Formats: sequence, structure tokens, C-alpha cells
Amino acid sequence: MLDWLASLGRYGLNLTSAFGRSGVFIFQSLAGLPKTSEAFTLWLRQIYSVGVLSLIIILVAGLFIGMVLALQGYTILVDFGAEQALGQMVALSLTRELAPVVAALLFAGRAGSALTAEIGLMKATEQLASLEMIGVDPLRRIIAPRLLAGFVALPILTIIFTFVGVWGGWLVGVDWLGVDEGAFWSNMQSSVSFQADVLNGVIKSLVFALVVTWIAVFQGYDLVPTSEGISLATTRTVVYSSLAVLGLDFVLTALMFSNL
Amino acid sequence: MQDELVKVKDLHFSRGDKAIFSGVNLTLRKGKITAILGPSGTGKTTLLHLLGGQLQPSKGSIEVFGQPLAGLGRKSLFELRSRMGVLFQSGALFTDMSVFDNVAFPLRVHTNLPASMIKDLVLIKLEAVGLRGARDLMPAELSGGMARRVALARAVALDPELLMYDEPFAGQDPISMGVLVQLVQRLNKALGLTSIIVSHDLAETFSIADYAYILAEGRVIAEGTPAELEASLQADVRQFIGGLADGPVAFNYPAVSFADDLFAQEESSYA
Amino acid sequence: MRNQRWIEVSVGAFMLLGLAALLFLAFKVSGLAQTSERNGFEVQACFGDIGGLKPRSRVTLAGVTVGRVAAINLDHQWFEACVTMQLEDSLVNKLSKDTAAAIQTSGLLGDNYISLTPGIDEAWLAQGDTLKDTQSALILEQLVNQFISNSTRD
Repeated sequence: MLDWLASLGRYGLNLTSAFGRSGVFIFQSLAGLPKTSEAFTLWLRQIYSVGVLSLIIILVAGLFIGMVLALQGYTILVDFGAEQALGQMVALSLTRELAPVVAALLFAGRAGSALTAEIGLMKATEQLASLEMIGVDPLRRIIAPRLLAGFVALPILTIIFTFVGVWGGWLVGVDWLGVDEGAFWSNMQSSVSFQADVLNGVIKSLVFALVVTWIAVFQGYDLVPTSEGISLATTRTVVYSSLAVLGLDFVLTALMFSNL
Repeated sequence: MQDELVKVKDLHFSRGDKAIFSGVNLTLRKGKITAILGPSGTGKTTLLHLLGGQLQPSKGSIEVFGQPLAGLGRKSLFELRSRMGVLFQSGALFTDMSVFDNVAFPLRVHTNLPASMIKDLVLIKLEAVGLRGARDLMPAELSGGMARRVALARAVALDPELLMYDEPFAGQDPISMGVLVQLVQRLNKALGLTSIIVSHDLAETFSIADYAYILAEGRVIAEGTPAELEASLQADVRQFIGGLADGPVAFNYPAVSFADDLFAQEESSYA
Repeated sequence: MRNQRWIEVSVGAFMLLGLAALLFLAFKVSGLAQTSERNGFEVQACFGDIGGLKPRSRVTLAGVTVGRVAAINLDHQWFEACVTMQLEDSLVNKLSKDTAAAIQTSGLLGDNYISLTPGIDEAWLAQGDTLKDTQSALILEQLVNQFISNSTRD
């Protein structure tokens, strides 16, 4: 019993110190951003590797989720004779929930784990230490561009996800199942509000982007530089960021949509 | 004294509960090659990190270029580091840059030289390590020995005053080993460097070192010129230099006596 | 590693795609252009019971959406729900002062919305006016109750 208490205490202390370290870490990375054209080039390169390279999986997932949503929604709505509301259902569930959450989960799996592994490998091969010895702060040179690229890339991916999802819903609903095209769009337009739904979805994805990239980059920077440590940290990135996204989604939904 | 470039006094450092250094004293003289020798796991690499200010000692002081490292701000520490070069064990080339860019990197960061001059400087450094022809290759395309030579060119790109080598000869075939040994010696002479070699390759290190320290169990057990050390009669020094299994430095990890271990099965958790 | 040019071009394309998708979401999905919620004028109407009316519910005229419910407040004197509606700019000086507002339900189970019916007065509605002629929401349960109690009395 006492052992158990002690280990609980130790776990709590470790957790708190990890939070502290990650806080200091993100502060130091973002505090003194270089404002040179070289920093811009680095940032661009990271957007490419976390954003452009994640595009395919986002496109495919968005398309299929939109199509499935339309198919399932149709079979239920048609029982109430309300299949006209299909567009509204697809668009609302995509903009408010599915696009931000699913895109963030896919991003954690595709880009987050890659970030962790890449930074971990740099640590294991002493590239970070060697940067430090050359007199370059690795937090600014390696970490900051990756953080900023993640912050920008995920919201864009989320918007693209929504777009493709709505298109997939249209494909199945209108093109295949024969829902009236005018009703599909007008119901969607009358129920989806740009500020309340689209922008709130983007804000959600911005928060997710912050959390996922932060976790991924910190796990990479803080890991034990062995092959075992890297694989462990990569797994942790995916698990922690998925849990964080799902938990935060509930909180954000409660804050944003509970009064509607 | 003027010619002492690095001074380490009563250095203590521990990682977790394990003490790595307990009272190490070192002095590095300008223009000399100093070797730090010792069995694996004595924290030789840690020592380099301490000298570079990447780790803080728990007790004792380190002075580099006459400046104590403790209490230096981030900025002045980075400035100090630009006067040191390190050759890491794995080379630590930046995997996303070509050989040329790797060597040019420190120049681009620390100087505002025009591109043409950077190109000339990089080519000079690459020529010095015999790899001018490999400038467009990526680090993944290099052999281990070549990668280490490129890393050496990068380490001297800024003409540092102090160059630290972390196991420069480990895992090299005899030819690249010979090349590296020669390079280290030549660079030291030509650039007027002060070098520290951390290593356990005795023969190669002794052939070029001016002075050597032997570390074991967190302290300096012997120091002197290679000739003095070879002639030493101290038991633990003899063991290390002669490569003997038996001696004061235990081969076995500390444990209870073998017999006790064998007959203690009833209570043990393995049963 | 791909060369710099390729990276620049693909990142640029990526961002443009994101922007295009955002515009699509703005105009095609949320219909930002038609409702033009920014401009327009506000009128008020107080109802005894608003049923399931919510902020952002539709306001229609002859079945055409002409505005949205901007806010709902409880009037503490008469305990009525006072609804602020935002109407399209194009209706300024077109609606008479005695326009009637009724809360209706789309379909049997659908959303509540406000339906406007123009009157005959010659003065026009303007910003901040209050509609006098209002009709509360029909609550289905109340209707059913009334119907049952009526039929049992017979």
C-alpha cells in the first residue's frame, strides 16, 4: 500500500516535471524566432513535409468519410421523409466535429510520428548536440520551424478535409441516391453558419494543431536517444496526441456549441 | 599561466544516482594534443559535453579560454562555442544537407561572407580532408570514414582554437584509421589548434598525443606523456595499457559472491 | 531531398488549395454571400411563447428566407420573449409598419421559424421598430391535449 502510494507520488512528480520541461521547451523555441529569409525557407520545407506529404491521406479519408456519412444519413433520414436535410447533416457533422478531429488524428499518425522519429534520430546521431556546439540553438533551428509548420498545416488540412467530405457527400447523396440538388445545397446553406460552424471548426483544428505538434516535437526532443527510445517515443506521440485531441474536442464542443 | 587553454578543477558530475566524475582535474596546454583515455563507460563523452557547456557540473569548475563556464548566459555560451570545434563519434552530419552545405553551415551561421568566399573556404577545408570531389554527395552516401572526415572539415570550418575529438578512431578500418591519425596531427600543426582526443584506441592515440590522462571510475588514475605512461608500474595503468582482464579494474559487474548467489535460490524471486 | 523549387511550388499549391476550400466552405456550404448577415436592419417582436425558436433561426417572407433571429431576451415586465430579428437591407422601406410575425414549424417535427406577413399601413418599418401583431408558436402537445379533452367532453 505504501509502495503503491510512493509510486503514485513519483509518477505525479515525473508528470509535473515533464509538463514543466515541455513548457520551458515551447517557450524557448518560440521566444526568439529568427526573422531571416533562411528561417522562412526552413519553415517552407517543414510545411512541405508535414502538410503536403499528409495531403493524400487527408483527401482519401475526407472523401470516404463524406460518402459514408451521406449513405448512412440517407438511410435514416429517408424513414422520416427528410432526405432533403442530407446536405445539412453532412456539412454540419463535417465542419463541427469530424473534419477537425479526424484530420488531427490522421495528422498525429502521419506527421506527428514522423516529426518525433526525425528529431529523435537527430538526437541519437548527435546532430542536435553538434548544432549546439557549432553555436546554433537547435530549439530555434530545428524545433521552431517544425512547430510553426504544424500550426499552419493542420488547419489547412482540416479545411481541405471538410471540402472533400462535402463533395463526397454530394457525390453519394445527389449523384447516386438522387436527393434533389437544390434542396441539398439550400438546406446546407440555411443551417450552416460561417462564423459559428466553419470558423469554430477551424479554431478547433488550430488548437489541435498546437497540441499535436507540441507533443510530437517535445517527445522527439526529450526521448532517450536509442533505437528503443525512438520507437517508444513515436508510439507515445500517437497515443498522447490522439487522447489529447479527443479530450479537448469535448471541452471545445462544450464551450462552442452548448448554447446553440 | 598563459598557455593553459582549458582548466578543469575538482569536477563532480552524476547522472541520476550514478556518480560519473568525482574530483577530476585536467589542464590542457595550447597547441598540444591531449588524450583522455579510459575504459568504456567512464564518461569520456560526458566530459566533452561538460567542456562544451552542454551539461553543468554538480561541483567544481571548468575554465575555457580563461573564462569560467558556470554562470555564462545562453548567448555568451554560444559565442564561446563558436571558438570550439567538436568531432562527434558518429560524425553527426546533418542528414538533410549535402557535404558542401554541411561544411558551409558554420560559416553561413557565424559570418556574413559572400557566397563565393564561402565556396572557396569550404573547398579548402574539403581538400584538406581529401574529399573535395565528394562535395555534392549526401551524408547517407558516404562511408563511415568519409563521414568522419567531412565532419572534421566541418569542425575546423571556423578555424577554432580548441578541437575536441570523441572517439575519432573507433570502428574504422586500418586505412581510414591511418588517414585520420595523420589528419589530426597535420591539422593540429597547420592550424595551431589545441586538441583533446577522447578515446580508448591506445596505440593510435599515443602515437600523436603530447600528453595523456587515464580516467577510471570517475577520477584521473594517471597522467603524463605517452612514454611516461608506457613505462608506468602502477597496476591499474599497466592493466589498461596492456589490455589485461585481471587487475584492479574489475571485469565483473559488482555482485554478491557467486556461491551465495547460487545457494540463495529458495528466497529468490526467480524461483 | 527534393529541390527547393519543387518544395516552394508544392507548398504554394497546398496553400492555394486550402484557400479555395475555405472559399467553397464560405460561399457554397454556409451561404455567406446570400444572407449577408453584416448589414441589414433590426426589428423586434415579442411573443407569449416562442416554442423551439433559437438564435440564427430563419425569418421568412412568403416562404423566402429574408433574415435571421439575432437575439432572444425575456421581457421582465410582461414575461414575454422578445426576439430581435435581422432583416435584409433590400427590405428597408418596403415592409409596412403593421407587418405581422408568426412563429411556425417547418413540417410536423421540423425547426421553428418566424414567418412575416406584410400589412397595409403606409408607413414603413425602420431600424429598431417593434412589430405589434404577433402570433406565438403552436405547441403540438398543447394542441393534442386540447383535442383530447374536447373529444372526451362530448
